[in-house]
Amino acid sequence: MTASENQVPGPVIELRGIDKSFGPVQVLHGVDFEAHVGEVTALVGDNGAGKSTLVKCIGGIHPIDAGDYLFEGRPVHVGGPRDAADLGVEIVYQDLALADNLDIVQNMFLGREKKSGIVLDEYTMEELAAETLAGLSVRTVKSVRQQVSSLSGGQRQTVAIAKAVLWNSKVVILDEPTAALGVAQTQQVLELVRRLADKGLAVVLISHNMNDVFAVSDRIAALYLGRMAAQVKTRDVTHAQVVELITAGRSGDLGLQQANGNGAKA
Amino acid sequence: MSAVITKRPAEEGTESPVREMVGGYLARVRGGDMGALPAVSALVALCLFFWVAQPVFMSTSNLANLFTQGAAGIVIAMGLVFVLLLGEIDLSAGFTSGVCAAILAVTLTQQGWPWYAAVGAALLTGALIGTLLGTIVVKIGIPSFVVTLAAFLALQGVALKIMDNGTNVSVNDKTIVAIANDNVPITLGWVIFVVGILGFAAVQFKQFSTRRRRGLTGQSLAGLVVKIAALAAVCGFVVYVLSMERSRNPAFASLKGMPIVVPLILVLLVVFTFVLNRTSFGRHIYAVGGNQEAARRAGINVDRIKITAFVLCSAMAAIGGIIAASRANSVDPNTGGSDVLLKAVGAAVIGGTSLFGGRGRMLDAILGGLVIAVIDNGMGLMGYSAGTKFIVTGLVLLLAAGVDALSRRRSLTTR
Repeated sequence: MTASENQVPGPVIELRGIDKSFGPVQVLHGVDFEAHVGEVTALVGDNGAGKSTLVKCIGGIHPIDAGDYLFEGRPVHVGGPRDAADLGVEIVYQDLALADNLDIVQNMFLGREKKSGIVLDEYTMEELAAETLAGLSVRTVKSVRQQVSSLSGGQRQTVAIAKAVLWNSKVVILDEPTAALGVAQTQQVLELVRRLADKGLAVVLISHNMNDVFAVSDRIAALYLGRMAAQVKTRDVTHAQVVELITAGRSGDLGLQQANGNGAKA
Repeated sequence: MSAVITKRPAEEGTESPVREMVGGYLARVRGGDMGALPAVSALVALCLFFWVAQPVFMSTSNLANLFTQGAAGIVIAMGLVFVLLLGEIDLSAGFTSGVCAAILAVTLTQQGWPWYAAVGAALLTGALIGTLLGTIVVKIGIPSFVVTLAAFLALQGVALKIMDNGTNVSVNDKTIVAIANDNVPITLGWVIFVVGILGFAAVQFKQFSTRRRRGLTGQSLAGLVVKIAALAAVCGFVVYVLSMERSRNPAFASLKGMPIVVPLILVLLVVFTFVLNRTSFGRHIYAVGGNQEAARRAGINVDRIKITAFVLCSAMAAIGGIIAASRANSVDPNTGGSDVLLKAVGAAVIGGTSLFGGRGRMLDAILGGLVIAVIDNGMGLMGYSAGTKFIVTGLVLLLAAGVDALSRRRSLTTR
């Protein structure tokens, strides 16, 4: 249908019928989810809908109880964060996980430092970090040797995203990247998110903010009480419909047929 | 601006080196890092004060004394830097040094071991204590404050047991006694100075030229020269002063040259600064101290890093114990006791190592240790009682910790 769909035969990541329980509480019920190359997929849902759990399943932090995890069409087993990273799936968490006392280069290469012999290869790391930031057209960072403690919220978010992109990743998942940012910084981060997709990555954006979702996303996946209410193209739906999907699980003929949730999907 | 990050040839000479250094320093202070400036200025101010109040303070024999007095504490403080960088603490480092010194004395004097075997036994004891402490902290999850407080008491007991409930064991081995009591020959002292400065300059210039060749920004050439010249001047002055005759009766027994502990501490400084700044182990120590969760998610084995830091800390305490045993020519159950630990922690913090983890350098321990040694020595010369010295040292530690806490708060609010 669309240009991007014609380029790519199938989704990079495809989840089918994912179940996940924590003890007696079942958080995810048969969730289907897909993310495509060159697209931003917004993952929306109310608090407790299961967004974070789904993302942690994708990232290998929680093992899935049932269902299929397909990566580039092949079924894969993701047993831990390392497996996900090896596939090229990087998650940028809301708390960013940056060490304040280290500089930008040190943070971007943390745990995966380049070395020559036993000595850290600072030159190569600095060059790669600067190239990555330049490749993302980041203009807000003065020097890659700045300590992260001296950066603003938007700059931190930028560094965290650049860190995820550094490793030739194919899928980048962003957990509420704009939640703590002001207007201008939100705009910068959203532009960055769009550029990631334009560079050929599959981007999954978790957000509560409908303006952000409609500003950058190509698809919207709405979770409702642990079920995937609908995964639709952004251009096919309105603001109000998405809000209904989030709050009631359905909107007209879209979404779960029974709002209380044990029914079939649309 | 993106071009600015990637490729700006190092534009040396466009900015005065002093301005560049001041600017860089101010940027670090804004980030919550006061660097060495407070400790260095305190050191200079204290030396001037004691010089005026008691001119004998600046006599060559007293300056040489300063180094041997401070050496044991400085080495223990250098070990503590590893643990403090993680945001942990080791309250037992003092008695670890005591127990290791006791092992040294007993194997040397009572068992008749050669000095190197006794030193090996002492270091091994230190490493074992560190492994035990680190494992308990990491695997059981008891705060290091409590674990090492328990070890503080227990190790005191161990030291007593080793020395048959408190007998003093003398240390007569020539090599061990020499560590804190003998001096390096004057020529060798100058050789160490020249090699050290040339080596430092070579490393710095190599870094400079590589950065320039690869188009990375860095320090300007002028700034580099100023830095190396300043270091050479300060070190040269110290070596010169220590090379002067300081015996009251040179015909009877000549006394000159830098104390052996000085090159010993320098070697430790170079090795551990390299480990902290140039290896991934060092990088991971800073990362765990800065944000443990980030380090864990980056795939760093946090437990292994912590245990290793405790091992290094206790092994350094063992070296401190050996120096203390050498200086006193004997070991008694009070070796490493009383104020040794608090002064060592104080030294690291006064030098600029944060109690909250993530910030600090090996050099801090040396600068802070010298500040404490100067206070101790200078007030002693002025005739103040031990009570007054404790109070002043305590206040200085409180001041340093206050500066640390405030600069940390500042860095948290300037996001």
